[in-house]
Amino acid sequence: MSSGLIGKKVGMTSVFDDQGNNIACTVIEAGPNVVTQVKTEDGPDGYDAVQLAFDTKKEKNTTKAMQGHFASAGTEPKRAIAEFRNFSHEVERGDEVRVDDLFEEGETVDVVGVSKGKGFQGVVKRHGFSGVGMRTHGQSDQQRHPGSIGASADPSRVFKGTRMGGRMGNSRTKIQNLKVVKVLPDHGAILIKGSVPGATNSYVEIHKKKLHEK
Amino acid sequence: MATTDLISLIETTQLKDDRPDFEPGDTVNVHLRVVEGDKERIQQYEGVVLQRRGSGSSQTFTVRKISSGIGVERIFPVHSPRIAKIDVVRRGRVRRSKLFYLRERAGKAARIKERMRDA
Repeated sequence: MSSGLIGKKVGMTSVFDDQGNNIACTVIEAGPNVVTQVKTEDGPDGYDAVQLAFDTKKEKNTTKAMQGHFASAGTEPKRAIAEFRNFSHEVERGDEVRVDDLFEEGETVDVVGVSKGKGFQGVVKRHGFSGVGMRTHGQSDQQRHPGSIGASADPSRVFKGTRMGGRMGNSRTKIQNLKVVKVLPDHGAILIKGSVPGATNSYVEIHKKKLHEK
Repeated sequence: MATTDLISLIETTQLKDDRPDFEPGDTVNVHLRVVEGDKERIQQYEGVVLQRRGSGSSQTFTVRKISSGIGVERIFPVHSPRIAKIDVVRRGRVRRSKLFYLRERAGKAARIKERMRDA
């Protein structure tokens, strides 16, 4: 984790680069984030972090506890909150952080979001099994089945962690090393090459790469 | 800002306003920028427009020509920066928007009447 911003996924489009290549990219609205808390190693929290908040919500939809938290940071209630460790900029509570403060064209970032829920899925989609995949040799209705899930009398159980069907998606997912195609400071937006986890209008975290990771 | 606004705003910045009006059936000469090593030159590609597809910055068009006896089709994004210029050589009068029937025809049968007046 390092410094970054919270954004809202707007959708996908494509832009032409200098060479004329058509690049598919995701538009993320990462308008001004507000610093709602700064945690320090020597303070009561015992670690360094910056808490950011993004996207206004109504006061009546905010709990009293959170209303107080936002009020003491001098801001309206916000919908999304996230903590960033090792924040590269010196910030204070109540400060605004904008896209052009942190990101520039051409750098690589990591994007974290909650992937779209796929429901209960079989092993072919969920784990990339190839399936039993035959209609002959005694297989009549087994094409997307996992096949054997282990041996018989020894160990006479199924090992833990054996990959099977189940709920897929709807989990925190990070996609690493995505390129920043464009930064639009006027609209608080950022264009990132490729796709990012989550549905349109869902919140994502854009993380700067740590220096030693570059 | 509404989500569609931001996307359409980004897409409008991609549009090239020097593209002429042309329709399926027209013969166009597409001037392509080709980079070879560090040199850039213009390559021309002339043929009949079979279709226009999509909208906004992602709109494309298909150009068919007969190159040494073999039919060649290329698809270009209308607003691609690699296209230096599009010349409309000839306007064609056709009755449909997708001219895929031209693929089955050759020679005299693949002719398209010239459009004299703008219909």
